[in-house]
Amino acid sequence: MNKLSVKTMAEYFAEGKNPDILYWVGSTGSFDDRAKKITKAFVKILNKAQISFGVLGTEETSTGDAAKRAGNEFLFQMQAMMNIEVLNSYNVKHIITTCPHAYNTFKNEYPSLGGKYKVQHHSEYIFELLKSNKIRVNKNLEGQKVTYHDPCYLGRANDIYDAPRELIRSLGVDFVEMKRNKRRSFCCGAGGAQMFKEAEKGTNEINIVRTQEAIETNAKIIATGCPFCNTMMTDGVKNLAEGKLETKDLAELIADSL
Amino acid sequence: MSISNIIFLVAFISLTTLFVINIRKIIFNINLGSDINRSDQKSKRWGNMIRVALGQSKMTRRPIAGILHILIYVGFVIINIEIIEIIIDGIFGTHRFLATIIPLSIYNFLIATFEILAFLVLFACVVFWTRRNVVKLKRFWSKEMKKWPRTDANLILIFEVLLMVAFLTMNAADCLLQTSDSKYIKAGSFPISNFIVPMLSNYDASTLCLIERFCWWFHIIGILLFMNYIVISKHLHIFFAFPSTYYAKLSPLGKMDNLDAVTKEVKLMLDPNADPFANPSSDADSAVGTFGAKDATDLNWVQLLNSYSCTECGRCTSVCPANQTGKMLSPRKIMMDTRARISEIGYNKRKGIKDEKTLINDYITPEELWACTSCNACTDSCPIELDPLSIILDMRRYLVMEESKAPSELNMMFTNIENNGAPWQFSAADRLNWKDE
Repeated sequence: MNKLSVKTMAEYFAEGKNPDILYWVGSTGSFDDRAKKITKAFVKILNKAQISFGVLGTEETSTGDAAKRAGNEFLFQMQAMMNIEVLNSYNVKHIITTCPHAYNTFKNEYPSLGGKYKVQHHSEYIFELLKSNKIRVNKNLEGQKVTYHDPCYLGRANDIYDAPRELIRSLGVDFVEMKRNKRRSFCCGAGGAQMFKEAEKGTNEINIVRTQEAIETNAKIIATGCPFCNTMMTDGVKNLAEGKLETKDLAELIADSL
Repeated sequence: MSISNIIFLVAFISLTTLFVINIRKIIFNINLGSDINRSDQKSKRWGNMIRVALGQSKMTRRPIAGILHILIYVGFVIINIEIIEIIIDGIFGTHRFLATIIPLSIYNFLIATFEILAFLVLFACVVFWTRRNVVKLKRFWSKEMKKWPRTDANLILIFEVLLMVAFLTMNAADCLLQTSDSKYIKAGSFPISNFIVPMLSNYDASTLCLIERFCWWFHIIGILLFMNYIVISKHLHIFFAFPSTYYAKLSPLGKMDNLDAVTKEVKLMLDPNADPFANPSSDADSAVGTFGAKDATDLNWVQLLNSYSCTECGRCTSVCPANQTGKMLSPRKIMMDTRARISEIGYNKRKGIKDEKTLINDYITPEELWACTSCNACTDSCPIELDPLSIILDMRRYLVMEESKAPSELNMMFTNIENNGAPWQFSAADRLNWKDE
């Protein structure tokens, strides 16, 4: 992979400049090995489209989504207010995230605490780049069967169903829906802070049920738009059909086709 | 005024009064909840209520149940126009009063419509009963659906069947009497009860009169009793679906409220000019209650209204990923427990009884609460936009902020966020390492 061009907001600031967008990488995108690939794929797309964007780098911290949903409203608001202070100090107007959880938190929960930004999920943003011909994709996956898992915090939580599907279709693949899709999509099992704990005792694991549904489509690729979903589906595939299909983020699918 | 008019009047007034008294008790219970402002965006709220409650827009997502439900709903609403006539006839001793004041053709059309709807309601009730008791649809047989909830559901269906049968039989008897006895006004068109007529044709006029009167009384007293039964039943949704959809959350499902009490404290903590040793101000405003919900009274009144509106259809539970993988959590049970608990608190308050129970632990266990993925499948699937997720979140808030009783892995996650700004133990200084890896 070519060297990525990434600049922090601090670097822009030192130059007296302000980039058009802030890419919020997120804790998972920064530290999780699998998610880092998604981060890099998205940056590759941004570089290719020559977008002026900045990241917060070491100034970034957790949005507080997991803390909030685990019931720690106190910690969430501490994080939110610290983040808002940093974002406002850089005069950020437009945030793109590769994580539906960060997206939801910025879009819905930060405004009343003083953080008002235009917020987009990367699927929406990449779709815009595609429509405005800032990037072109080749059809290297033509004919491949691809299915899409709707992340809860993108789909049901914020009604974004079309942009991810348009992106997948743009690759000329054979797109197949899972039995439960869009607003009826079945959770991967990681939301609401479940990512950070063992599941309660039950008869099955949520990600196994969902992965099974994906396998039933005979797709070779499960596309998704959330690093948590990615982890859960990747684990599910490992358990049920290792090597038969793989889980890819929308950004990775597009980046691979540039 | 004859004796039967007096009996009617007494029954009507006393059963209606009883209903009002019991509804007021429920309103009292709902008002035990904390305040929440849902008086904004009025036109959007009316629109939501008209679309979702009146228009049943979310019911048909499951077409079979949805269409059958609409039959019963439309039937129930329209057939109840007949009550106007019943009340007038009951009080004044008239018979088919409306036929004497509106054109016969319209009256005939009305009665025919009622009959056809009554038949459709009967049909839907029988299918619903079969789905519950013969097909045994999974969502009607889960853990929380034993004893009373199951009996309640069947009683409602039986009630409705009996009311419709009484209505149709009354018409059939009346239809025969109209031809044999000139005392009876010739009015009404009977497309459905015509099929019952042959079964009654061997009876003499006095028996028919008895049948007609019996069915008439059964129908009206049945409705009045049913109205009072509804108050203790899950069937309360026929009234409360309307306020529940009006006061429903209008923001995207993913949005969870920011606790104002917490905002105040956090702002104070982050304010470099705040004096940490200052005496806490004594105004009532600063008196912070419990964070989150320990008991039903810590929930807001919309959540409590929701609990009384839940008709235990179980659509939420049938799409809940935790429930569907065998965990203890059932969003329907969250609503049922909330209702049971707030009813208990309300009763005890009125009677001056003290109790030591709480919604958490005595009704809902932490294990249920921690199984939720906050995926919003429950809230999305609810045909009347109830919000069990908000109750789950408020109870988690109580566990975490008041009792520090989160599962240990989550406590670790909190510590990591506090120390290094990420839910894992990675150094904040390494955040940008991915760039060069």
